[in-house]
Amino acid sequence: MNVTIFAATAGRILAQLRTDHRTVAMILVVPSLLMVLLYFLYQNVPAPPGQLSLFERVAITMLGILPFVVMFLVTSIAMQRERTSGTLERLLTTPMGKLDLLGGYAAAFSTAAAAQAALACVVSFGFLGLTTEGSVTWVLLIAVLNAILGVALGLLCSAFARTEFQAVQFMPVVVVPQLFLCGLLVPRDQLPTWLEWISNVLPLSYAVEALQQVATHPGATGLMWRDLAVVAAFALLALSLGAATLRRRTP
Amino acid sequence: MTGSPAIDIRDLHVRRGKNEVLHGIDVQVPSGSITGLLGPSGCGKTTLMRCVVGTQIVESGTVTVLGSPAGSVSLRSRVGYVTQSPSVYSDLTVKKNVAYFAALYGQPSNAVTEAVDAVGLTRFATQKAADLSGGQLGRVSLACALVARPEILVLDEPTVGLDPLLRVELWERFDALADAGTTLLVSSHVMDEAEHCASLLLMRDGYVLAQVSPGELREQTGEASLEDAFLNLIRASHVGSEN
Repeated sequence: MNVTIFAATAGRILAQLRTDHRTVAMILVVPSLLMVLLYFLYQNVPAPPGQLSLFERVAITMLGILPFVVMFLVTSIAMQRERTSGTLERLLTTPMGKLDLLGGYAAAFSTAAAAQAALACVVSFGFLGLTTEGSVTWVLLIAVLNAILGVALGLLCSAFARTEFQAVQFMPVVVVPQLFLCGLLVPRDQLPTWLEWISNVLPLSYAVEALQQVATHPGATGLMWRDLAVVAAFALLALSLGAATLRRRTP
Repeated sequence: MTGSPAIDIRDLHVRRGKNEVLHGIDVQVPSGSITGLLGPSGCGKTTLMRCVVGTQIVESGTVTVLGSPAGSVSLRSRVGYVTQSPSVYSDLTVKKNVAYFAALYGQPSNAVTEAVDAVGLTRFATQKAADLSGGQLGRVSLACALVARPEILVLDEPTVGLDPLLRVELWERFDALADAGTTLLVSSHVMDEAEHCASLLLMRDGYVLAQVSPGELREQTGEASLEDAFLNLIRASHVGSEN
């Protein structure tokens, strides 16, 4: 890795993002608005005694899932553009390393994700009465880690898409099953065994479990650390696989 | 030609899909001058250039650039490549595009101003690339290669769609670069640009028909116009292959 090239690349991607005001506004505001929607959705649902209210359980999970989904989409489209515009092939003829490029994407979009998650946390904890036993800082950290995971998977999937249309279609393939199986809809220990196994190899399951740990425990738990390590490992694996799909020589 | 060639291609075969598109190319590109790669669309010019840059998977043969195999890590900052369709970031300004590539090559910021000026886009430096015309966009792409101050510049049809005055200016720029020691490999499908080149590579159907200077081409064929001379050469080669 070359620090100058990595930093220039992250800066370039952020500069591109900044020129697109509508996208910036949507990245920043949409998750917060969705949290508000969730709040009203569950307003009249009574909380089960002695447990988290339904809003709290769903909201804390969504704070982690939304950055993952948004960044997956943004990244796979951005990378697809880089391929179709010929700039990717051009970049690979320069002294740039593959990891400089992927790292640049991860850094740029997780910066955007951090801003997004911070705003969503301010809205949820400040105005919607969301509370957690653990610190909000953990929620933010997990949200950013999820965003990096989204970037990494987006980069990887874009390698298998020839057009932007195809890139978008990877979202239901990659994101929706994880959403179903992550423990939000049905607690993971109540899943049929074979689905639990699948759930066990999907990174989002661990991210959601970590968030639930923060929600119900005042300090950082060992399980949370393990979950964060698993998510980080998945992100690194996806980034390395993504690097392997970048070919300097093509037929 | 003095010293070793900047680009040395030996018995190069390239296959794309089921077809062989380059059939045993042998070419030496002299250092510090302009070599024109001429031939009709689809004759293999772009493929040959991609081989020199090292982005093309080759079937067999060798491509040696500045003494190293094409595509070597050490060559990435020494060889500049401008593709036929402009590959720049259309949502960034001209200056930001060039500045980004300057950063990739570790070049200082005055190189950016210089490169933008060299392609005559100083007036448009703060405009978004998307707002420029096709010809201007091509020049942004060229500036992104010039900013690296490469020893070898591979340009795929750099003058397509440019107005005549600008074309002349660009060729003057290429001349100046060659005088300063840069090796240029420039493709074109219009023969009137051949006049600017010290050496011509005439290609057709994946073969190099001849490597000559414009003067030699006229002399060999007895034609005054290079267009007719090329035609003459093609006819001659057909007669040769049919016998």
